[in-house]
Amino acid sequence: MSKLKEWQHKSEEDLSDDEKKIFNDLGLFGDSRRKFLGKLSAASLSIWAASNFKLNALIPAGEEVPPALKALLNELEVKLRINEEDYTLNIDSRTSLLDVLRERLGLTGSKKGCGHGQCGACTVIIDGRRKLSCLTLAATCGDKEITTVEGLADGENLHKVQAAFVKYDGYQCGYCTPGQICSSVALLEEAKRGEASYVTEDFKDIRENIELSEEEIRERMSGNLCRCGAYNNIVMAIQESQTGEDQGTKWSFATAEEMEEAGKAK
Amino acid sequence: MRPFNYIASTSPADAVAANAGNPAPHYLGGGTNLIDLMKEDVERPETLIEVASLDRKEVERTASGGLRLGAMLSNTETANHPDVRRDYPLLTMTMLAAATEQIRNMATNGGNLLQRTRCPYFYETSMPCNKREPGSGCGAINGMNALHAIFGWSESCVATNPSDMNIALAAIGATVEVLQPNGNSRRIPFADFHRLPGDEPQRDNNLAPGELIVGIELDPPKFSDNYYYLKIRERSSYAFALVSVAAGMQLEGGRITAAGLAMGGVSHKPWKLTAAEEYLVGKAPETATFEAAAEIAMRDARPLEENEYKIEMGRRAVVRALQQALDRTA
Ligand SMILES: Cc1cc2nc3c(=O)[nH]c(=O)nc-3n(C[C@H](O)[C@H](O)[C@H](O)COP(=O)(O)OP(=O)(O)OC[C@H]3O[C@@H](n4cnc5c(N)ncnc54)[C@H](O)[C@@H]3O)c2cc1C
Ligand code: SF4
Ligand code: FES
Ligand code: FES
Repeated sequence: MSKLKEWQHKSEEDLSDDEKKIFNDLGLFGDSRRKFLGKLSAASLSIWAASNFKLNALIPAGEEVPPALKALLNELEVKLRINEEDYTLNIDSRTSLLDVLRERLGLTGSKKGCGHGQCGACTVIIDGRRKLSCLTLAATCGDKEITTVEGLADGENLHKVQAAFVKYDGYQCGYCTPGQICSSVALLEEAKRGEASYVTEDFKDIRENIELSEEEIRERMSGNLCRCGAYNNIVMAIQESQTGEDQGTKWSFATAEEMEEAGKAK
Repeated sequence: MRPFNYIASTSPADAVAANAGNPAPHYLGGGTNLIDLMKEDVERPETLIEVASLDRKEVERTASGGLRLGAMLSNTETANHPDVRRDYPLLTMTMLAAATEQIRNMATNGGNLLQRTRCPYFYETSMPCNKREPGSGCGAINGMNALHAIFGWSESCVATNPSDMNIALAAIGATVEVLQPNGNSRRIPFADFHRLPGDEPQRDNNLAPGELIVGIELDPPKFSDNYYYLKIRERSSYAFALVSVAAGMQLEGGRITAAGLAMGGVSHKPWKLTAAEEYLVGKAPETATFEAAAEIAMRDARPLEENEYKIEMGRRAVVRALQQALDRTA
């Protein structure tokens, strides 16, 4: 029985210590916990569980991923390589890469903001290029190297872009953040290769290592929307990621004298 | 999204054969337009034939000194190819003004030429639209039409072509190479590739059913010193053009010896400003010349109820784009 199936048949007594701890953390004790477990449908459990566990708690590496879904139309087999792991899946031909990541593999880092190519929350890196997983059919991804936000860190060590986002508070609610981070990681490579943007001056002069000014970053990151408006901090995080230099604090409280000056100016 | 049968083709010949032998077929490039429209239930293919991975990703010198761009090459790799950047900077600048890096990484050159209008009535299946459903009427002509055409529209459709790349290709000159279902090749001059709506707005272009775009051949290098793509939009990045102008000039001895001028956001096809181009040739590159060319450019404009602003915007955009093109070497 796969780990997922086992989960679907769990009762209070079968819970491991780790699992009990997660329920406790969620504030589900005693009776309410038993009711909760009893009510869970297989589908909701898998979705719920996916957001609480690392992928390998659900699907031990190497084991066949969740059992074939019912009612697959135009079924296809795809072999996907995601974050250096291989998966073989049977999918409906309509399935987007984003839905495979989130609904089939429990890789819920990539977000569905719009599903129509307009927000960038679903950005992943495919063969070294940032792309939108919501408009990518999973069927087209065989033999490609896919990296999601879950694949950026090296074990416990955050990728330098992730660390910079933490340092500069490059987010508020965090919903757009996985897309912003994947996009930024690919952007650094584009700048290294010397690829131009619409605001690059003199792009006929072809050279590597384009320095990312604020204007360059804003243009190149325009495909990642942030409803919380964390843009200033995102720009700083990317600048430090490229230069390694601390971006400092770019604001300070006004002094009494400055306040007075400002009052006079009125 | 409605169900479809997915076919991964292995060669252009294979793809056109699959197209001929299957119900309601559609080629799939990067999918940035098609998958979106399928999610909206506007496009309803029963067979999807993947072509983006086919081996037509070359950038090659042609016998006439131009460049052949593979139809399956991504917009990013095209715009950033060193030969394109050096010899056709107008194309690079134009392509980089479109969409976002993520979308340009996915979008293919063939798909870009064929992207469909952004008319909101076309997208909304509960609304009448002759392009989506011939005979149902045009929702925009007496509706919200601030974003619509001022040139070449008909009573049956007032939509615009949304592609930036198309505008540079119209200014530079190109030929589209297609593979026909019978295996023969066909070459279509870019100026004849897209259509005006007439009474068949469901047809955006002159491709025959099943024809596959395999390449775009650019005319020999032009305007590599004096070029500019001006894109006027509601925000400074990641929006479609209200009006755009691709401008290129060749200058010699204080005179304009060749000019390329095309306008986006104003017509069902990329709008080449032929009379204004002809006017510019032989003149001195100066503001008065540019203003006179802009007058000529906008002469035949016919605005709709909400888009008269595009006439003044278009006139100024022509002047500004030519001025910017001149300033590159001034
Ligand atoms: C949010 C958003 C913003 C955008 N902003 C801009 C913008 O500012 N400017 C701009 O120019 N574009 C913009 N685009 C559009 C984008 O450039 C196009 O969607 C893209 O170029 C289409 O290329 P594709 O390969 O993805 O085509 P697909 O979506 O795969 O296909 C488009 C059409 O072409 C057909 N097709 C594809 N390849 C071939 C072929 N080789 N031969 C024959 N038929 C073929 C398909 O069947 C389909 O009908 C935007 C798109 C999105 C989603
Ligand atoms: S302008 Fe064209 S695309 Fe828009 S509603 Fe009218 S017919 Fe449809
Ligand atoms: S979810 Fe893909 S771009 Fe918004
Ligand atoms: S952090 Fe909330 S949307 Fe960006």
